[in-house]
Amino acid sequence: MSKTDSKPKLSRRNFLLVSAVAGGGALIGYAATRPSRHQRANDTLADGGDRFVTSWIRLRPDNRVTIYVPHAEMGQGVHTALAMMAADELDAAWELVDVEQAPATDLFANDAIVAGLGGELLPEFLTGLVNFAALPAAQIVNIQITGGSSSVRYTGENSMRVAGAAARSMLLECAAERWGVAAEECATESSHVIHSASGRSIAYGELADDAARLEPPANPVLKDRSQFNIMGRAISRRDIPPKVDGSAPYGIDAHSEDMLYAALRLAPVFGARLASVNAEAALAQRGVRKVVELEDGYAVVADNYWRAKQALELVEAEFAPTENDSVSSAVLAERFDRALAESNGSRDFESGDADAALEDAQDVFEASYRVPYLAHAAMEPMNCTVHIQGDRADLWTSTQDALGIKSRVARVAGLSEDKVTFHHSYLGGGFGRRLPFTWNVIDHATLIAQQVAKEFDAPVKTILTREEDMRQDYYRPAVHSNFKAAFDAEGLVTAWHNRFTGPIQVPGAAHIPYGIPNQSIRVVDVETHVPIASWRSVDHSQQTFFIESFIDEIAHRRGTNPYQLRMELLQDHPRHRNVLQVAAESAGYGSGLPEGRALGIAVQESFGSIAAQVAEVSIGSDGRPVVHKVTCAMDCGWVVNPDTAEAQIESGIIFGLTAALYGAITIEDGRVVQGNFPDYEMLRMADSPEIVVHLVESGNAPGGLGEPATPPVAAAVANAIYILTGQRVRELPIGDREFTLDRSLAGNI
Amino acid sequence: MARFTLNGENRELDIEPEMPLLWVLRDELGMTGTNFGCGIGNCGACTVHVDGNALRSCVTPVGAVEGRDITTIEGLASVAGGANGLSPVQQAWIDHQVPQCGYCQSGMIMAASALLARNPSPSDEEIDAGITNICRCGSYPRVRKAIRALASA
Repeated sequence: MSKTDSKPKLSRRNFLLVSAVAGGGALIGYAATRPSRHQRANDTLADGGDRFVTSWIRLRPDNRVTIYVPHAEMGQGVHTALAMMAADELDAAWELVDVEQAPATDLFANDAIVAGLGGELLPEFLTGLVNFAALPAAQIVNIQITGGSSSVRYTGENSMRVAGAAARSMLLECAAERWGVAAEECATESSHVIHSASGRSIAYGELADDAARLEPPANPVLKDRSQFNIMGRAISRRDIPPKVDGSAPYGIDAHSEDMLYAALRLAPVFGARLASVNAEAALAQRGVRKVVELEDGYAVVADNYWRAKQALELVEAEFAPTENDSVSSAVLAERFDRALAESNGSRDFESGDADAALEDAQDVFEASYRVPYLAHAAMEPMNCTVHIQGDRADLWTSTQDALGIKSRVARVAGLSEDKVTFHHSYLGGGFGRRLPFTWNVIDHATLIAQQVAKEFDAPVKTILTREEDMRQDYYRPAVHSNFKAAFDAEGLVTAWHNRFTGPIQVPGAAHIPYGIPNQSIRVVDVETHVPIASWRSVDHSQQTFFIESFIDEIAHRRGTNPYQLRMELLQDHPRHRNVLQVAAESAGYGSGLPEGRALGIAVQESFGSIAAQVAEVSIGSDGRPVVHKVTCAMDCGWVVNPDTAEAQIESGIIFGLTAALYGAITIEDGRVVQGNFPDYEMLRMADSPEIVVHLVESGNAPGGLGEPATPPVAAAVANAIYILTGQRVRELPIGDREFTLDRSLAGNI
Repeated sequence: MARFTLNGENRELDIEPEMPLLWVLRDELGMTGTNFGCGIGNCGACTVHVDGNALRSCVTPVGAVEGRDITTIEGLASVAGGANGLSPVQQAWIDHQVPQCGYCQSGMIMAASALLARNPSPSDEEIDAGITNICRCGSYPRVRKAIRALASA
């Protein structure tokens, strides 16, 4: 991005080839199900002896293979895992495999994730985000979204493996034809086709040209698990070496000599409009180029971010009053409770007749829970760099959906989509904040760049301060949830009655696996002015705290061991029972624990995986809970990369525990109170528990791993606290609440 | 005028002395390995070494490091030595597959390197006290494992 290339005049072909050189790799991908893309790829990109033999796979004459991954790498190891899936089916030698981020062009749109899967297979996180009925087919297909713990499950299983297997069968066919033997006599191994009978062997790279002339088979035979050579191994992640020497590029690292920097202040009350601005003092500061006024905020543009940020404080601005200026968390809590009291809501799940069972009950037990709004607080603050030059633009930002963001910037800037070039980077954390439909910062950065472009030919990097990042998030929704359980004369649970505030973002999160005959689960939608979106594990993070706390309360009410009650009520869920048993045994459930410690347990299915967790907790001398150890048994079907899987589980637990112990975004005077880490505390090394992970392979289809470890931990900790103290945590975060040891429940674990 | 040594090279810049070192590194020098996380010295993503000590560059005015010896993640390997262009701490981070998103890891590695330089065998309590950086991905168990391995090496 030096001045010399600040006015690139590149045709699509040139852009692709230039990028290929700059990235040290290659470029094209296309779906096995869409041979037209295959043809386009080779027609436009025939580059030396390189050939794209099928979707996402490019072979080189030196027998190296480049695998393009259409997902954002945000530390979940997706680049490595998906390349492993394609490479294994291809029978490639792993040391000959290069992994590249698929470019943000429609040639690399990730249709496997949505197209052709049928409604019932649509990743559930997308159903909450997108109204697919309202989208034209082309927009659904042109998607490169990363979220919903879906990459391995959908792209990996339905696209990467298929592409690898298709390429392998094409190479096999080409070799057999060249040798004049039957394809059945040939085999593949370590990036070679071999013919044992004649002792012949040929490298894939030598067959690339022939193979590229074939149409990929639509339904190639996939390997049986016993045939895996690469999948299932703890292979080192390809994105780690650049992350230890400072060279890994994040969106915020876009840099050029002539770059300008924008510090942005948005309306502190969501939805407020800018009323007046006096920028005189700011404009007089060193390095300040411009003050940009926006509908809902203002920005100072300078030649250095710190200068922009300092000058921003000198801008005198006022925002117009709104009807939400006096809204507080207390006001919202009252609104939530009133909604639950006044409305029966709409059906989420019903079976049997819960109302009748409650009426006939020997005993009815009620409990109400609530959790607050949460910010994502990704370590890389939200940022976006845009350089608009006439009818085209360059764009750098860390995003979970490159194609979506490119299209958004084009729309906001009034440019044609093919005139916007997206430059990929790693993400300094995503957790749902960098998904589509959370457009602030992106829109603002584009509008700022548009204003700047009238006077300066330079890229503009807009960065939110940590305080703005926290106060201008799209939050995990605050939720209130009320429960009633009915017991009959024998103490059996006959009804589960649940009313919670919505909206529902991921359907099914409030449903229970427990065999309770009468269930009534209904949602009451409540409107607020606080923007909300997906937060790691979405609705599961709140609902699992509620469900797994209430089932625990039911067990104690009945005088049953909480683990035993779960096992009894999960007769029809052998996978749940299995992970519960593995976690409980590993954690020493029911056996001797150090004095003053207790175990709490919780289980939840989300994103195709089932996680059971046991938290080992004590109460410190200051009355605060200390989480010593979390044991997790995870059934994610089967595992592509066990080391990455463990890392994701460790990560998910710490993310969930951070929220349980500390996380709260509160509202005063219509605006977010918290601004930086002391107010919105994070778990750190000293509070980080020992984590023990058991990957329980059931052989089912692979489940997600980015999110499923987050939901259960809050309830597991709360359930342990109850055993230690008799005090029930019904509101998160646990915060600085003090607890007192009470030994009376200690035997009941 | 600000003068300091950066990864062994003398630097002289016409800059306000109150500008935090972080923004001098990132915006003036294009050294983007040192990261912006919080801007108040709380999260540690911006940790660099000044005369071998870990310091949070987002709250360190460049005027306060006048004439001092600054090492960033880009220069760590050449200062600390090691095989394959990596310091022993960087190599341990790969061996234990520590980073996830990786954004905090430049600072984490600089903090761990400074801790191990002054205390080659830190206890768990000393690791807790010495590593106060935030990792939102929760790499703490692996950071601890990597430091323990370095301590016993």
